[in-house]
Amino acid sequence: MELIFAFCIGVLTCCGAYLCLRGSTFTVVIGLTLLSYAVNMFLFASGRLAFNAAPILGQSESIADPLPQALVLTAIVIGFAMTAFAVILSMRARADLGNDHVDGNPPAVENEIRQKGRRL
Amino acid sequence: MNHLAILPILLPALSGILMLLPPLATRPCAQRRIAWMGLAALVVISGVLIYLVEYETQIYVLGDWQPPFGIMLLVDRLAALLLAATAVLAFCACLYGEARKDRPGHFFYPLFMFQIMGINGAFLTGDIFNLFVFFEVLLIASYALLVHGGGKEKTRAGFQYVTLNLLGSAFFLIALGTLYGTLGTLNMADMAAKVTGLSPEEQAIARAGGLLLLLVFGLKSAMLPLQFWLPQTYSAASAPVAALFAIMTKVGLYAIYRVFGGIFGSEAGALAHIATPWIWPLAIATLVVGACGAFAAPSLRLLTANMVIASVGTLLLTFVINDGQSLSAGLFYLLHSTAVTGSLFLIADQIRIQRGPAQDRFVISRPMHKSGRTGSFFFIAAIAAIGLPPLSGFVAKALFLQAATRLDEQLWVWPVLLISSLIALVAFSRAGSSFFWHVAGKKKAGVKTRPAQVLAISILLTIPLLMTLFADPIVTYSQRAAEDIKNSTVIIQQRLENDRRTAHAVR
Repeated sequence: MELIFAFCIGVLTCCGAYLCLRGSTFTVVIGLTLLSYAVNMFLFASGRLAFNAAPILGQSESIADPLPQALVLTAIVIGFAMTAFAVILSMRARADLGNDHVDGNPPAVENEIRQKGRRL
Repeated sequence: MNHLAILPILLPALSGILMLLPPLATRPCAQRRIAWMGLAALVVISGVLIYLVEYETQIYVLGDWQPPFGIMLLVDRLAALLLAATAVLAFCACLYGEARKDRPGHFFYPLFMFQIMGINGAFLTGDIFNLFVFFEVLLIASYALLVHGGGKEKTRAGFQYVTLNLLGSAFFLIALGTLYGTLGTLNMADMAAKVTGLSPEEQAIARAGGLLLLLVFGLKSAMLPLQFWLPQTYSAASAPVAALFAIMTKVGLYAIYRVFGGIFGSEAGALAHIATPWIWPLAIATLVVGACGAFAAPSLRLLTANMVIASVGTLLLTFVINDGQSLSAGLFYLLHSTAVTGSLFLIADQIRIQRGPAQDRFVISRPMHKSGRTGSFFFIAAIAAIGLPPLSGFVAKALFLQAATRLDEQLWVWPVLLISSLIALVAFSRAGSSFFWHVAGKKKAGVKTRPAQVLAISILLTIPLLMTLFADPIVTYSQRAAEDIKNSTVIIQQRLENDRRTAHAVR
């Protein structure tokens, strides 16, 4: 189980990091979302992984650490609000700046490709 | 348990919520009065806290849930000092913002209060997960304050600032998970106690977690490879917001002091001073980059933003030189640079509104309405920022040069600090001469300033003056505040130990 869990976190982080390095705001926001998923899973695992363990005393034979679950809950709420804000801000940036590039002005190469696309 | 300790968090939170309620939500004038009163009360409260912590370090246990499981607030001299700095700066920034003729949006004051709540919370918390939560509170308020008022420049700066800080938060959580996984606690004093007993394998993981925290706090405090967001963000923000942001980099520095002075401090065994070899070169490079940026800046706001970076470099250096024994010089400089950079952002706005289309760029333009008054403000602030006698910048730099005792430290620190001061001197001379002497024509440009704005700048500029006059008591206090990083860790650890013993005895 640990191997699969670690693999999932790794894949999510890789994809998130890759998407965050892209040039347009939409992919950056998606990348941030994937990263926050990876982070939540990582936090969850910081209390060790266990089968059939309840975070409440007397409910099951083995006990899971309740604190990481509370932390994940907080992190999910905060991450959700922040993602919503980033989405709204990138839409505002699209409206204000006239394009969805993170710098506000797409590099010349992209412009050329777009113009060629229009001509075709 | 004294309930005064939680008021710096509760008061801004409650007044912010009050402003959002229907009778006040649409009345900026009433909101303004509440913000004023709230911030004035905050100044008083932080003064009382400074007085109280002289006798006893305040530990506030929320809901009486015993730490390390419950949440704990800690007010020692260091926290009280920074709370006071925040309160005074916020009061002046608010006073300045209120005087603006163009009415700000409905949510300016509530956001302002929430930002202060986040900053105060970050200074007060004794628990590292709450540090994360308060970071998020102050960041989400700062995102909204930054884009407040709208405009292309703000939106572009805002998106990059938000993205970087979201990435920073993700790394913060990864670091927290790593540290919790190895240490099994999130209370900072308890972490400091447990970090010594780690096995070598766990030490490696804890080291990775600790250095990830350095990355996160480096991003917040604008340490070298992570400082690129700062100049454009600070120069795009409106004046009162930029002035308030002057304390934001200090929140990151404070977190570095607490984590790498407290948890991974000299008592941490194999993990003692893990950040020092990284901070050394990065601090010097930050100082150099800040000075070069100030030299290259085309406008006063950008120049001030780069001075913020230079001050961060200086503050990081004070944390590492002399094996961390010289932090008191750093704390003195921190108070000074917060007040001075805050006032410089406000002065830049004064110059901007008085010069019309030329704004605060270093170009020839028509003379200002009150060039004498604005000029003297600029002159005082520049002297303080560069570190020339007689103002407190000079005292801070003298203390700092004294603090480097070993020859190899002196070889690095002295030339860098002195040359960067020289560069700052040249940059500010150029700025001042282009604003006040290179004028064309007789007709005055721009709009007049308002008395409250002048008052706000005057209050901020008396701080360097007072700090020079009362340098001795402030330095003594800051010395004890620097020692408090270790002392309060020990106090909390003793208390935790006592709690454990009584719990066992009851059982």
